[in-house]
Amino acid sequence: MADAPEHTRQAPAVAFDAVGMRYGRGPEVLSDLTFQLPSGSFHFLTGPSGAGKSSLLRLIYLAERQSRGLISLFGRDTALLPRAALPEIRRRIGVVFQDFRLLDHLTVFENVALPLRVAGQSRASYADDVEELLSWVGLGERIDAFPPTLSGGEQQRAAIARAVISKPELLIADEPTGNVDPAMARRILRLLAELNKLGTTILVATHDIALVRSLEAPVLEIAGGKLISAGRRAA
Amino acid sequence: MSKTPRSAPLLPPDAGRDRPLFAVAAILVFLACLAALGAAGAWRAAEGWTAQLTDQITVQILPGEGRDADADAREAARLIANLPGVTAAEARTRAQSEALLQPWLGAAGLPDDLPVPRLIAVTVDPADPPAPGAVEALLSDLPVEVAVDDHGRWESAVRRAAAAVRYFALGLVALLTLAAAAVVAFAARASLAARWDVAQALHLVGAPDRYVTALFQGRFFWLGLKAGLAGAILAALAAAGLAYAGGAAGAVFFLPSLELGWSAAAIPAAAAMISAAIAALSARLAVAAELKARWS
Repeated sequence: MADAPEHTRQAPAVAFDAVGMRYGRGPEVLSDLTFQLPSGSFHFLTGPSGAGKSSLLRLIYLAERQSRGLISLFGRDTALLPRAALPEIRRRIGVVFQDFRLLDHLTVFENVALPLRVAGQSRASYADDVEELLSWVGLGERIDAFPPTLSGGEQQRAAIARAVISKPELLIADEPTGNVDPAMARRILRLLAELNKLGTTILVATHDIALVRSLEAPVLEIAGGKLISAGRRAA
Repeated sequence: MSKTPRSAPLLPPDAGRDRPLFAVAAILVFLACLAALGAAGAWRAAEGWTAQLTDQITVQILPGEGRDADADAREAARLIANLPGVTAAEARTRAQSEALLQPWLGAAGLPDDLPVPRLIAVTVDPADPPAPGAVEALLSDLPVEVAVDDHGRWESAVRRAAAAVRYFALGLVALLTLAAAAVVAFAARASLAARWDVAQALHLVGAPDRYVTALFQGRFFWLGLKAGLAGAILAALAAAGLAYAGGAAGAVFFLPSLELGWSAAAIPAAAAMISAAIAALSARLAVAAELKARWS
């Protein structure tokens, strides 16, 4: 995990202040969002379909820019970040996509190792870590398989492994247990909880109320593009 | 342990989608090589032509009534040879003059009474030629009619013609280079669009733009190099074929006698590397611009 500069070490991993967002000239899909994810915290993000969860996540992993308001990541105002600084910020964020976004021409091993390879590490330096993590998520036997040959659940586990392999400071997971059985869902949640104990800030977007209840973590609830509760714990 | 000991390429093979681009690039390199060889041939030929023009003067002695034209020509040649700036003056006989006319009048021979002018081939020092009109003045006392053809008069015209051919060929090379760059840029954008999933995945795991552009740059560098080699080899073979076929074919294809010299062999060799460099640079700029436009 990259060391944060001294002045940002205590800053929230994510801070939104009156953030609004629209696509092109369309209506605002997110309005007046104000919340913080303190460094090392674990949050769930819930809300009905179309509420704006994915748009919110896209703002955090810098795939989109807000239309108004202030977003800071690791204490840095994203509006002031030069384009050249974005890759360094992205390397501190792991993302699990709902649609996995694995590269079909790379093996499971190569997909999971991608963040380390992009960071310039040698294959020898990460091969053991990648294989160990793949065994842990139950893909030890599928290490040389290509994504199109995997089941939905296996692809999801590979996507999670890719997101956590570089031990990011912030992990964003969009429905990370949507395609796995309850036992694997619990296992994945345990992996996320362990990462959190090691200091990773975690935000999990999910519809799975059982998953939310299984962990006493604060919940950001969003509806119609607005935050209707921030920090409430699931009953 | 993963069975594959080496990292797989991040850009998947294009499964034949690059073949049309390869063919177009090879053809453009082939044409550019021929144009460059044409420019080199025009350059070399112009040097030869102008060198000949600057050191040659031809004097015609028109036969006078009742005079020995051959003797007059010899006398005139002797006088001219002593003129400052003249290095040699050789009188040609009637037989030699008739030989020059043979392509037009046939080999049947000319009537003896036909007044065939005698020619004097004068070689002058190009660095210090006789003053203009000096030869006419020198021969003005001879009782014969004299016409002096100073080839230097044609020098500037030949130089202009050679320069025009050369610049035309170089312009053609520049146009073909631009066309190749544009085709590669278009193909690179298409390639990026086809592999947008890769570019996006790389970005999201923290790859800077230059990492993504380097992937496409590398792919198009090799494509440009291979296409360049193919085009250059074809051009070299074509040039060798034209040289073998002789000057007539050479004249048709702007390759005057194809006296290119060994230095011209550098053109196809350089063309492959230039093709690779243009393809790489063009792909890099196109992909960088596209990434900036999409992720600004």
